Amino acid sequence: MKIPVVKQILNANDQVAADNRALFDQLGVFVVNLMASPGAGKTSVILATTARLPKNVRPGVIEGDLASTIDADTIAARNIPVVQINTGGNCHLDAPMIRSALANLSLDAIDLLFIENVGNLVCPAEFKLGANLAVVIASAPEGHDKPYKYPGMFAVADAVLLNKADLLQVFDFDVDYFRRGIEMVNPDAPLFPLSCRTGAGVDAWVSWLLERYAEFAKERKQSAVM
Amino acid sequence: MHELAVTENILQIALDAAQKNGARRITAIHLVIGELSSIVDDSVQFYFDLLSKGTLAENATLHFQRVPSVAVCLDCAHQFDAHAPLEPRCPQCGGARLQIRGGREFFIESIEVA
Repeated sequence: MKIPVVKQILNANDQVAADNRALFDQLGVFVVNLMASPGAGKTSVILATTARLPKNVRPGVIEGDLASTIDADTIAARNIPVVQINTGGNCHLDAPMIRSALANLSLDAIDLLFIENVGNLVCPAEFKLGANLAVVIASAPEGHDKPYKYPGMFAVADAVLLNKADLLQVFDFDVDYFRRGIEMVNPDAPLFPLSCRTGAGVDAWVSWLLERYAEFAKERKQSAVM
Repeated sequence: MHELAVTENILQIALDAAQKNGARRITAIHLVIGELSSIVDDSVQFYFDLLSKGTLAENATLHFQRVPSVAVCLDCAHQFDAHAPLEPRCPQCGGARLQIRGGREFFIESIEVA
């Protein structure tokens, strides 16, 4: 006998992600899920971005890593609230891990929460966390073929950052080819070439992010009035 | 790489559905997976055989229905099957403005029970 089921395979994770999102919304926390290969510059992007936030947008960070607290220590040295998740070899963060980590973070003191996912261009794309934005970071040394090889990751991005853009020439990186690859699976995601090392291009990305944050804050204010 | 987590979810959903219907045994599970969903069939089956031991789903067969994703050329409207790594140019007109549609499916369609 055949029984129809028709249920998303990651339904259990999606449910917890929706709960996470409801909690973030309630507390007015805007959440960004940063995904990239190892070494693309996720931590550097967090540091460069948080350094440019206005005083009234208070950052917080959840660091996902297989092991170690190297990245969390770097963030903490800047006096930014941070909690480390060690996945113990797991290749991605999932929504229940985020829910557990929240117990160790004062969300009341955070407006913009960055989640640094595990360095990997495959698995994190499949697992929703409850974030408002998914941001994919690529970098010049990885080469311009990444959107063609990992379309699933670039398809879920709300924005793509191209880090280490000061090295584009060194690596013969064809930005137009890269951009067309993203547009194949995701015509709407803006692309921000930038360099965390020189600071070039970072302001454009931060302005865009702050616009998204302002929209979120405004909508929340309006729904509170109603 | 995330096949273990995926397989745990597949097993749980199948067991829930079987119990709800008072089934004694699950003989097959039908999955619908888009071409761009990164999952390796053999790896899921491998984990499934391990995880399902001693459950209603032991020895069940997994069927993967792969849903193709389609590339559409925005210049000449030619359509062709797309899979990673994506073809950067239209094979018909050489145009580089392509759009990928579909292929993100990732669900359990049905189970067969005894």
